[in-house]
Amino acid sequence: MIAFVIRRLCQSVVVLLTVALIAFALFNYVGDPINNMVGQDTTPAERVALRHELGLDQSFLVQFARFVGHAAEGNFGLSYQEARPVGQIILERMPATLELSFVAALLALILGVPMGIYTGLHRRSLLSQAMLTTSLVGISLPTFLIGILLILVFAVMLGWLPSYGRGTVVHIGWWTTGLLTISGWKAIILPAITLALFQMTLIMRLVRSEMIEVLRTDYIKFARARGLSNRAVNFGHALKNTLVPVITITGLQLGAIIAFAVITETVFQWPGMGLMFIQAVTFADIPVMAAYLVLVGFFFVVINLVVDLLYYVVDPRLRIEHEHAAGG
Amino acid sequence: MSAKPLRVILIIVAVLGMITSAESKTFRWANDGDANSMDPYAREETFLLSFDMNMYDPLIRLNQKMQLEPGLATHWAQINPTTWRFDLRHGVKFHDGTPFTADDVVFSFERATHPGSNLGSPLATVKEVRKIDDYTVDFITDGPDPILPLNLPTIAIMSKKWCEEHNTTRAADLTKNEESYATRHENGTGPFILKERVPDVKTVLVKNPDWWGLKKEPIDIDEAVFTRIADASTRVAALLSGELDMIYTVPPQDMVRLARTPHIKIWKVPELRTIFLGMDQSRPELLESDVKGKNPFKDKRVRQAFYEAIDENAIAAKVMDGYAHPTALIVGPGVNGYDPPLDKRFPSDPAAARKLLAEAGYPHGFEVGFDCPNDRYVNDQEICQAVVAMLARIGIKADLLAQTRSKFFAKINAPHYDTSFYMLGWTPGTYDALNALTALAETRNGKEGEFNVGGYSNPKLDALIAQIRVELDQEKRDALIHQALKLVRDDFAYLPLHQQVVVWATRNNVSLAQTGDNFFQLRYVTMK
Repeated sequence: MIAFVIRRLCQSVVVLLTVALIAFALFNYVGDPINNMVGQDTTPAERVALRHELGLDQSFLVQFARFVGHAAEGNFGLSYQEARPVGQIILERMPATLELSFVAALLALILGVPMGIYTGLHRRSLLSQAMLTTSLVGISLPTFLIGILLILVFAVMLGWLPSYGRGTVVHIGWWTTGLLTISGWKAIILPAITLALFQMTLIMRLVRSEMIEVLRTDYIKFARARGLSNRAVNFGHALKNTLVPVITITGLQLGAIIAFAVITETVFQWPGMGLMFIQAVTFADIPVMAAYLVLVGFFFVVINLVVDLLYYVVDPRLRIEHEHAAGG
Repeated sequence: MSAKPLRVILIIVAVLGMITSAESKTFRWANDGDANSMDPYAREETFLLSFDMNMYDPLIRLNQKMQLEPGLATHWAQINPTTWRFDLRHGVKFHDGTPFTADDVVFSFERATHPGSNLGSPLATVKEVRKIDDYTVDFITDGPDPILPLNLPTIAIMSKKWCEEHNTTRAADLTKNEESYATRHENGTGPFILKERVPDVKTVLVKNPDWWGLKKEPIDIDEAVFTRIADASTRVAALLSGELDMIYTVPPQDMVRLARTPHIKIWKVPELRTIFLGMDQSRPELLESDVKGKNPFKDKRVRQAFYEAIDENAIAAKVMDGYAHPTALIVGPGVNGYDPPLDKRFPSDPAAARKLLAEAGYPHGFEVGFDCPNDRYVNDQEICQAVVAMLARIGIKADLLAQTRSKFFAKINAPHYDTSFYMLGWTPGTYDALNALTALAETRNGKEGEFNVGGYSNPKLDALIAQIRVELDQEKRDALIHQALKLVRDDFAYLPLHQQVVVWATRNNVSLAQTGDNFFQLRYVTMK
């Protein structure tokens, strides 16, 4: 087990270095940040001086080595746009993204799993058909369009919910939360639904097909033959066995939610890391972009690791196989 | 979850929700970009300067009609050709209570001109600022500078004591890898005080009850909440739904719709920025063209043919939806030296253009690269696409390369000037035509003509500019400027298109002052 974790950790470092390298290489192509930082009247001499101050005139390898060295210490440099430490900016933005992502993931699970079970059990009912049809919307419409539609209906036409921002936030140490105020809850509803819709559809369809699959297996037939109640069969035996892939996918999707919150955050002006990234791109703010990409890479690596470990916990077969392999 | 904890949470949420702000007039507004820094020397950028000037005062400011009026200086005069004397206002206090004196002016000048500050260029002619007594200062210039006061409205006066106390005597030093105190705090003398700042998210200003200008100019709003909303549709939606009172950057595609909405008011005024096309006239052979061995743009007839092929009125009406002011000059209304009678475009005439091209030796036209930004000016890419189609009518094949501004400027600007035909916009930072003439049309010599991307060079014009630079008599100076602008126009040094229109949108109950420099000052806002 420990050997497995260490091996995965070494792999993670390689993955992260690769992400950093790719991210850093890409930034050679996003344009010259100097033009965004200076006014139109700035002389070429002043531009050269600024380029030198920022170390942009050094070779690619030197810049990359310096970046990795500093990143290892958690120091991502100073944002070109805001002239303050990138680490600090990210720390300020992280709570918003994590809160939105977790609320969205919870929403997707709480709605997706029961709907999946229902549609799996009552395949031909009208309600199931309706759920499946509407869920197509969740998959086929792009996120930004869903967001805009929700804004149009609930903010502009009905005026019930705010169209942008996080509402009133409460500071708890360095963490900020919008979940302790009414305006915060109001503000999170639309973006969370937008972000959750795709995941919810995914989970629902996954649970449904797994349920259908499992219900066909022999041990379910035997369970029924033993005269167990429908409830015990469906939930005690069938559902439990569908959960292994659901956990894996949900875990991996949590990473995707965090990473793809970019679009939802832009549409709702949600002050999280995704919005920060988009704004950094338009400004060619290289330190912020690089830090964000490395951080998202880091999230994925950590989540993958946790999911792998959970797999071991949930599925006894894997443990046994591994012990055999280790023993043999 | 059992009922009890749920109820407790609901009660907590309800109580927190009830804590609302006291009765006061709050003005809520948004823009697509943030002000980025509270340091008024951080960047020479309109939005940042206009935002920070709500908290700071300059020596001389511009009023609603864009005329100079006293700010922290009550009176100024050129006491000899190289000295401007300023009498300072008495009894003014910074937000922290420190009295304002001549030392702060001397200090501010040093801070603004030191590397790290972006505001050095407007003060380029100033050699030294000398304190005469606590309420008098002299600006000593490097040769006569008749328009120095025009350069001062963007220079905020900062407190010497405060900057020294907080170790921010230099504007942001990016090499230090630490944030300057002034980036997120302020201590000005201005009409508003910074109450809360969450960079890129929310900035709250409150009225300064002790502002020196209050007696003459009461301020209507008590608090202004600024939010950055980058997404255009969200920004418009927030205005429509009543969550905002004003949006500063109105997306062009929504202007018509907003204008039709009953409770929304559209504000517009011609901007000082002029959008024009430039041509490489210096290289012996164009970088991006099928004409080899010579440069067609060196021939005035070719430049004129391009001019006549472009139907600017159609661009203004169709591409800009009427939100543009077609122009024949490289400076627009509101800029000192602008002359309405000169601002008459030559007619658009594709047939005549084709004839001119044939005379110049290109009966079948030619091919040329065309550089445009796609996120810098209003509808920039769409304008360029229209130009490509119009040029095609006279046989010119323009290969459009529209790209994001950081890539675009890196390509066309100094030092490489890597372009044959390009779009550019220019706002004279000094509100004076001389700035546009020296930056855009004077012969490139390493100091002047830096944004003369096409390398236009005309000794007659250079001589005129040299005269304008030292002429102290306003009338004579204006006459010289008119001559120079006419020369640029008639020589087709540039193909001017239009001045954009500054468009803001508010709710019906808001009234404000809008100027062509796109400076939005909260002190003019009133709400019914």
